[in-house]
Amino acid sequence: MSEAIEFLPPRPAVLSRRAAIIADLADLLPPECLVHEARELVPFETDAFVSYRRLPLAVALPKTTAQVAAVMKYCHRYGVPVVPRGAGTSLSGGAIPQEDAVVLGLSKMSRILEVDYANRTATVQAGVTNLSISEAVGIDGFFYAPDPSSQLACTIGGNIGMNSGGAHCLKYGVTTNNLLGVKMVLVDGSVIELGGKHLDAAGYDLLGLVCGSEGQLGIVTEAVVRLIAKPEGARPVLFGFETSEEAGACVADIIGSGIIPVAIEFMDKPAIEICEAFAQAGYPLDVGALLIVEVEGSDAEMDAMLKNIVEIAGRHGVKTVRESQSATEAALIWKGRKSAFGATGRIADYICMDGTVPLGKLSYVLNRTSEIIDRFGLRVANVFHAGDGNMHPLILFNANDPEDAAKAEEAGNEILKLCVDAGGCLTGEHGVGIEKRDLMRHQYSDADLRQQMAVRSAFDEGWILNPSKVFPLDGRT
Amino acid sequence: MLTPHSESDAAYVIRTAAAEGKTLALRGGGTRAGFGNAVEPAQSVSSRGLSGIVDYEPAEMVMTVKAGTPVAEIEAALTANRQMMAFEPMDHRGIMGTSGEPTIGGVFAANVSGPRRFVAGAARDSLLGICFINGQGEAIRAGGRVMKNVTGLDLVKLLAGSQGTLGFLTEVTFRVLPVPQTVETIAISGLDDAAAAKAMAAAMALPVEVSGAAHLPQTVKSRFIGGALPEGEATVLRLEGLAASVSVRAGKLAAVMEAFGPITRLGPEESLMLWREIRDVHPYADGTLKPLWRVSVGPSVGHQLVAALRLEAGVDAFYDWQGGLIWMRMEADPEAELLRRYIRALGGGHATLLRASDAMRAHAPAFEPLPDAVAALSARVKQKLDPAGIFNPGKMG
Repeated sequence: MSEAIEFLPPRPAVLSRRAAIIADLADLLPPECLVHEARELVPFETDAFVSYRRLPLAVALPKTTAQVAAVMKYCHRYGVPVVPRGAGTSLSGGAIPQEDAVVLGLSKMSRILEVDYANRTATVQAGVTNLSISEAVGIDGFFYAPDPSSQLACTIGGNIGMNSGGAHCLKYGVTTNNLLGVKMVLVDGSVIELGGKHLDAAGYDLLGLVCGSEGQLGIVTEAVVRLIAKPEGARPVLFGFETSEEAGACVADIIGSGIIPVAIEFMDKPAIEICEAFAQAGYPLDVGALLIVEVEGSDAEMDAMLKNIVEIAGRHGVKTVRESQSATEAALIWKGRKSAFGATGRIADYICMDGTVPLGKLSYVLNRTSEIIDRFGLRVANVFHAGDGNMHPLILFNANDPEDAAKAEEAGNEILKLCVDAGGCLTGEHGVGIEKRDLMRHQYSDADLRQQMAVRSAFDEGWILNPSKVFPLDGRT
Repeated sequence: MLTPHSESDAAYVIRTAAAEGKTLALRGGGTRAGFGNAVEPAQSVSSRGLSGIVDYEPAEMVMTVKAGTPVAEIEAALTANRQMMAFEPMDHRGIMGTSGEPTIGGVFAANVSGPRRFVAGAARDSLLGICFINGQGEAIRAGGRVMKNVTGLDLVKLLAGSQGTLGFLTEVTFRVLPVPQTVETIAISGLDDAAAAKAMAAAMALPVEVSGAAHLPQTVKSRFIGGALPEGEATVLRLEGLAASVSVRAGKLAAVMEAFGPITRLGPEESLMLWREIRDVHPYADGTLKPLWRVSVGPSVGHQLVAALRLEAGVDAFYDWQGGLIWMRMEADPEAELLRRYIRALGGGHATLLRASDAMRAHAPAFEPLPDAVAALSARVKQKLDPAGIFNPGKMG
């Protein structure tokens, strides 16, 4: 377990009242909605950023917005930190608790409340999983577009917290572009609604501010999301290249030519081998880099787009072009890609970076990443959303070796700084959490951060909402 | 009028005003100056001195420009590279009776979007990064140059649509998209408002990627494309993309829409003109001060709202965004309370009074009044960006 990243010291006034707080929470919640036995708290001590863990004071699993409000009001009154949690799939430690915190888990609020095709919206509770929305409306020809790789498990509440993306956001945008409204509990327990089935805000775009705020502004309990008519068909095509440079240049050319596929995913050789061994997706093993390009629409449209894309790939020396011949093959291609993180986890421990860079800098950043990794004597697998420049180097290391773990963290930090210096940002879709918190000054000036924190304080003056996350611990106001 | 020529000039001007407690109107080209409640700040700061394209990489589909850059200059540069702003910012000069050059800062400060908004997002969805001066005269950067970015709080969205009440934009970076190869419009004739809502919802449920869905009732229809739309009300659906694909999709869409009414197909030239006129609210660019509302509600209830209002007031209206955006011209009084009561009754939304006589504007808040808790939160947010309250005080309520 690594300890390079600090948490806020627990508030003594809270720790000393632990028993009283649990007793008070028990008055506010049904017995099955409160967890406080040490053994039962263990599943909540970390998320998918497993290098760090802290046992929380208690876990509240409310079933209604009213219960969320009651817990929030209580914690606000007594200055008890609150860490919101969806499915705990955060890769940046966004849901890792701390010793003096109540985890507010939304997993029991998992109902789809309304599907409204005339307005193309679904109203869902925050604990609904991402995939279950598309599953519920698929039969009627609709889907919910953002599709993070963890979509089977991750919740809409968590997606809103991290403004999650996915492979298909090149065409359909990320969560913030597909979110129409929320019901939200503020820090003092009051409940507000922002947005709805209509478009745009009446006043300030607080909905846009809340999306991606990593649980620091309030607790979202319900959401209204946009449904989209499913395309007639979709076809992922594999393009194998000798080198990462050729693949990177091909991506820039596809976008530059005016074609916007639904997805352009990139894998380097290590990633191809890991994913192929896991999913037997039919990825070519004799290439140095692979692009999965997906087009969608009618057959005529897909044919026309693919013809152009194949032509462009040809100019970049493409070695293999393989179109999926059936729905099963297409599903396998995506299975391989979406299981990349899990498959990597079977062969080694890894940390996943999430920087985004301008498209023109892809090849440069890939090369520099290799240099950094070599210098630390580590290994890396690159698998990412190339169409929008969102990189995911997976840095492989041995978690049982503290020195190796420290090296991985250091290399990761260097890679993220590289992304910022190349004109990009620290995180495209995983969030800052604790992982990138101490790098925030690399991207923002003191004045920029002060302004963000000031806006944060308009929602939570006492810093009780997910307090160890996002903003560097020193210099807080 | 203060006209700073650099970010540091702008910061100085605003710092000075804050120290002296002087209020400021933040201005671009002034074509939307009539937005919001009437305010009379002590001075104006114009972005006119901050103009020009800073960085444009067509292959990356990203443009950075200074906030005072004329929209026309940006569109010319984009057109030369067959690219566009996907959110189709409207030109308000017609309906507002203003002149001058719209600026990109004004577009984002007012979150101005056109017909494609309901599928491709609003101006705020294309806005990737901003530089602005806050009410203390500090230069602040938020967002960046990349499409996916969740690094810190999204102040970009907050500033978009804040109508110059939170900060003075000095530079904006936004995403652009390729211009579709071609465009076609399917027009269905003779539908009343309720039937049109059904037809548009049916079209949006098809996998044909409709990128515009508007309903033009009899009273406004003749004002579009020189009166060339066919007999009867016109419900119009836009398809864009590769030529081969558009013609296939148009065939499929027409085949389904035939069940609703007679179909006419409009080619690229007429389509471009039609959607530009819808975007700019051509029928109500009438040189009058008749109260004009821009109403956003759930698409399925737009026609119910208009029908309910008609029983009590003189209303003329047409619909965009599948029926969810209603442009509404009142014969006499703005009927703000009545309109807003019906909006609440029909599931919520918002109405913005864009145009009315000064006397009428004095009595009707231009922006939708917010519920108390949201209003209080918004006021706290404003206080954090503009502690002395110098930017356009009272403009948004």
